[in-house]
Amino acid sequence: MKKPISAFLVHGILGLYTVIALAPILLVIMNSFKARKAIFGAPLSFPTPSTFSLIGYNKVFSDSSVISYYVNSITVTGGAIFFTLLFGAMAAWALSEYKFRWNTLLVLFLSIGIMVPIRLGSVSIIQLIVHMNLINTLTALILVYTAQNLPLAIFILSEFMAQIPKDLREAARCDGLSEYNIFFFIVMPLIRPAMATVAVFTMIPVWNDLWFPLLLAPTGGKQTITLGIQQYLGQYITDWNSVLSALSTAIIPVLIFYIIFSRQLIRGLTSGAVK
Amino acid sequence: MSEVKIEKLCKSYGPVAVLRDIDLIVEDGSFVVLVGPSGCGKSTLLRSIAGLEPVTSGKMTIGGKTVNDLPPAQREIAMVFQSYALYPHMDVYNNMAFGLKFAKTSKAETDARVNEAARILQLEALLKRRPRELSGGQRQRVAIGRAIVRKPQVFLFDEPLSNLDAALRINTRIEIAKLHKMLKATIVYVTHDQVEAMTLADKIVVMNKGCIEQTGKPLDLYYKPVNLFVAGFIGSPAMNFLSATVQRAGSLTLADGQSLSVKLPAACTKDDKVTLGCRPEHMKIGGDPDLNLRGTVDIIERLGETGFAHVRLTSGQTVIVEVRGDPGIRSGDATSVSLDPDHLHIFDLNGHRVGDGGSGSA
Repeated sequence: MKKPISAFLVHGILGLYTVIALAPILLVIMNSFKARKAIFGAPLSFPTPSTFSLIGYNKVFSDSSVISYYVNSITVTGGAIFFTLLFGAMAAWALSEYKFRWNTLLVLFLSIGIMVPIRLGSVSIIQLIVHMNLINTLTALILVYTAQNLPLAIFILSEFMAQIPKDLREAARCDGLSEYNIFFFIVMPLIRPAMATVAVFTMIPVWNDLWFPLLLAPTGGKQTITLGIQQYLGQYITDWNSVLSALSTAIIPVLIFYIIFSRQLIRGLTSGAVK
Repeated sequence: MSEVKIEKLCKSYGPVAVLRDIDLIVEDGSFVVLVGPSGCGKSTLLRSIAGLEPVTSGKMTIGGKTVNDLPPAQREIAMVFQSYALYPHMDVYNNMAFGLKFAKTSKAETDARVNEAARILQLEALLKRRPRELSGGQRQRVAIGRAIVRKPQVFLFDEPLSNLDAALRINTRIEIAKLHKMLKATIVYVTHDQVEAMTLADKIVVMNKGCIEQTGKPLDLYYKPVNLFVAGFIGSPAMNFLSATVQRAGSLTLADGQSLSVKLPAACTKDDKVTLGCRPEHMKIGGDPDLNLRGTVDIIERLGETGFAHVRLTSGQTVIVEVRGDPGIRSGDATSVSLDPDHLHIFDLNGHRVGDGGSGSA
């Protein structure tokens, strides 16, 4: 048992941190429900009946391009999660299960991908995407995000795969499963918690990213929501109602994703430790 | 026919040979137990039969079909693992039906086979449970059920009872024996437990350091071990060994100078160095003065009706002697030990058995 004072201290620090982390978000949501004057007049106060306004939301949702930005973001994030998990799991399985010549070297090579930020390669990525004729497509973003997330995904997943007992794979082999079927029917279900962990790690940076959408898909209706919101930020006039409303709604899909994965996630983060 | 035939099988990991020139025939419907100390290669041999380990050289046939290059699934074998290796994310029914699903067995046929196996193994009430909700013995039965439903030519068991507690182990052992009788299946079974080997096997294969030391019926191995290794491995407690020199026909001198009158095989000549072997159950305290060894009682282990006296001979060597009832001796007593002349084993310097007789050793 901890002493009450130190417990109080710990909770105090954690609580303070939570407040600091959540305050800006609360501020955004709060002000998104206020009329423009109230946003500037009293930015820190809650919306009152006299200042309450849905004008921002009305504007955002009547603008059909914003809806398509949401769809773009969901497509890119979903696609990146899907391919990261699929290829990450496959590669992790290959690296942890099969002994081949360049195995160790390949693991080291992939770990470089964790250490070096992919943005350092932005220029060559742009050139590559231009050559592939993929500028202003969601495909470009999905490819880049998959590449960005694969190293960490492989690293996490192969740790989990190493814990799958050898006998289990061999039993499956005796049962007549092909190597692909072993992967899809035995390995994948068993590492579901790990995959949820990877999905969350993949999802949040991809959803929030501004850099690659700006470089690779800045126009042509292929903007993601984070980039799309920029249209309300003008050089002379900024439509704060719309900006705040769009930002507030942008939180919702991430939250839904997170809730879906979180039950698995907590199992994934602790399953190694508490076994 | 589901005979397993292994000829000149070798396997090595790099320069390390783990199986050397294994020749083995597992007759159709027979129960063969591979036994040996850990690291002797028995599991590797089993896994080679299963196709889970590639072999370096040699030939292997199952039911007349050469299987060297076939993957496990096409060898028509089923394996039961020590860890059970049940699929944790499937219920008992699906664990058993899983292999059939991939063999494109019809739903009705799968159902029938799984239900039949469940009936045999008394798993009917557990079909909807997940492996983690089962006890060790139940898991083991599911693992066996998974093997049965596939109707394999050969069943391979890899130390299936090692993870069970003592009482359950005896029960399951009997279950396996019954199952073998009922299914008339060909079984290759690996264990390090010689009680399992003796009770289950039609034929025991004793392995050591990657080689087969002896193959034979359980009692043949017990009465006529071909070498020191088998003699020491089969039987519990292990056989006592005394080094001796042949004095003349019919007499041996032990290391401490005591002489023993023993009928020796004709192959023994004067001054041969030999090892004399005698099992604890073939020795007794006191008795025939011709076959008598003097010593001091170290400890007596009482198991109930029987017990084992550890007797330190004058040579300093300790022998274990089985005692029945109250032997009337206590720790520290001077005593003498006599050997049963009908159950002496003589081994030459290389550890090979001399003569063929287990009885009379003549």
